[in-house]
Amino acid sequence: MISANAVIESRVDPERIDAPAYDLDAVRAEFPILRETVRGRPLAYLDNAATTQKPERVIAAVTECYRHGYANVARGVHALAERATLAYEGAREKVARFLGAEVPEEIVFVRGTTEAINLVAGSWGRANLKSGDEILITELEHHANILPWQRLCEEVGAHLVVAPIDGRGEVPLEGIAARLSSRTRLAAVAHVSNVLGTVLPIREIATLVHGAGALLLVDGPQAAPHMALDVRDLGCDFYVFSGHKAYGPSGIGALWARREILAAMPPWQTGGGMVHRVTFKGTEYAEPPARFEPGTPNLEGVLGLAAAIDFVEALGRPRIAAWERKLTERALDRLADVPGLRLHGAPKERAALVSFELPGIHPHDVATILDGEGIAVRVGHLCAQPLMERLGSTAVIRASFALYNTLSEVDALADGLAKAREVFR
Amino acid sequence: MSVSDDLRELYQDLILDHTRKPRNFHDLPRANRRAEGHNPLCGDRISLAFDVADGTIREAAFEGAGCAISVASASMLTEAVTGKSVDEARRLLSAFLAQTAGRAVDPEGSNVDLGKLKAFAGVREFPMRVKCATLAWRALEAALDGEEIAVRTE
Repeated sequence: MISANAVIESRVDPERIDAPAYDLDAVRAEFPILRETVRGRPLAYLDNAATTQKPERVIAAVTECYRHGYANVARGVHALAERATLAYEGAREKVARFLGAEVPEEIVFVRGTTEAINLVAGSWGRANLKSGDEILITELEHHANILPWQRLCEEVGAHLVVAPIDGRGEVPLEGIAARLSSRTRLAAVAHVSNVLGTVLPIREIATLVHGAGALLLVDGPQAAPHMALDVRDLGCDFYVFSGHKAYGPSGIGALWARREILAAMPPWQTGGGMVHRVTFKGTEYAEPPARFEPGTPNLEGVLGLAAAIDFVEALGRPRIAAWERKLTERALDRLADVPGLRLHGAPKERAALVSFELPGIHPHDVATILDGEGIAVRVGHLCAQPLMERLGSTAVIRASFALYNTLSEVDALADGLAKAREVFR
Repeated sequence: MSVSDDLRELYQDLILDHTRKPRNFHDLPRANRRAEGHNPLCGDRISLAFDVADGTIREAAFEGAGCAISVASASMLTEAVTGKSVDEARRLLSAFLAQTAGRAVDPEGSNVDLGKLKAFAGVREFPMRVKCATLAWRALEAALDGEEIAVRTE
């Protein structure tokens, strides 16, 4: 059992804040769903690592697209087609700035993180891996950052190498260094663990991985909307995230890859809109990013994502991070008072989520009691079964916070856990 | 501390009693019918074992781990089917599934008194938890069909 106290002490903010540096009431008013009641109680939505809710301006961007600006992108020359194409490429510039890309052409729109990783595995992976090569991942990865690599390894005869976590739920750099070799072609690691909240030291990992002559992919959906980031500063080669975890629509996400890497990658899926010239003898494919975006794109999703990025950037990710840190501190503080509670992980740098178990009560029963109080949390293996095995659990309870959560919602969680203990005492 | 009526109905004393003290919770070495229920969503695994002779379930037992609902359901299943004929057990199964699905008992399960198993009627109000209540019963179905394979709830 890991005590939460050590984490709290290291996290005490000298300027303790009780409110975010933005108007929390005004921000909450932007999210219509936060006015919902659940089983007669106000909704306390603490499942933000699974997906975030959407502000009015994102909902409006999607509907405005359908009402005033919808046409196929990069095809027609009529007025609506022009409007759609300019809006689509404008959104690409926004995503590029959001991630710190050098040029917008480094951004490929995809369905989400899962598709982005599959794209890298299916394109870059198949073109660059051969029998005996190695891909390094970590023990805390989400299935989306395990299965594409496992399958690629099976296809080409490469090996999946796993860097372990330590007792705090961190991935020690020595464990990574010891598993890198001249056979390593790629390391694929989470920026933030979706189970433990661990923020991985990406810069240091990038230095190690590049020292071994390999590339680094960072699985970023739990980080991108929660902390300021710059992919060039991080030093990685691929970065992926999902729109729906960043207050945007579902079904849209982005892959960032260094320009020269993307330029050398073969197409993954093929179809319309990604070519220079097609004949029955052969095809000349377009430059990136068009090469990786065949078919009619998700224009409304892209415009919704752009609106979400505007929303997040207007509040400012450093200010969002400060408030989410406060929420997390309060949660750790209150959870430490719950008798017997088993907190998973005590990373020195923790993102805005906590996973735990109550002794003798199955997480699904806890979640049902919490739901009765209007509190939404995630329970289960969190798509990280190898990590669950390492933790000795089949399921955990996860509370994850977002820019719109309040301290009283965190308190409601703690009160709800007391109620669960009462029911199952 | 108060919980809602729906929750009190779901986690009623009879169910919690079986969760805390599961009955027939052991291996059954002489079992000739076995099946495993697995809910990948929550990781619950319930293994059921039956000793069936002359068309009658002489003994039933289970092992595994799960939530309050799935454990209580498995525990009460073993009590309910012990001594019953295979046909009676199938009718009980139909009636139980009909009850948790919130629909009228189908002809196969008609005239079946669910008795204590009526305690699980409350799960209807929690659609995401219906699979917890039916996990062991799906495994019973597989065991009676002679399929010694893992049953999944999705």
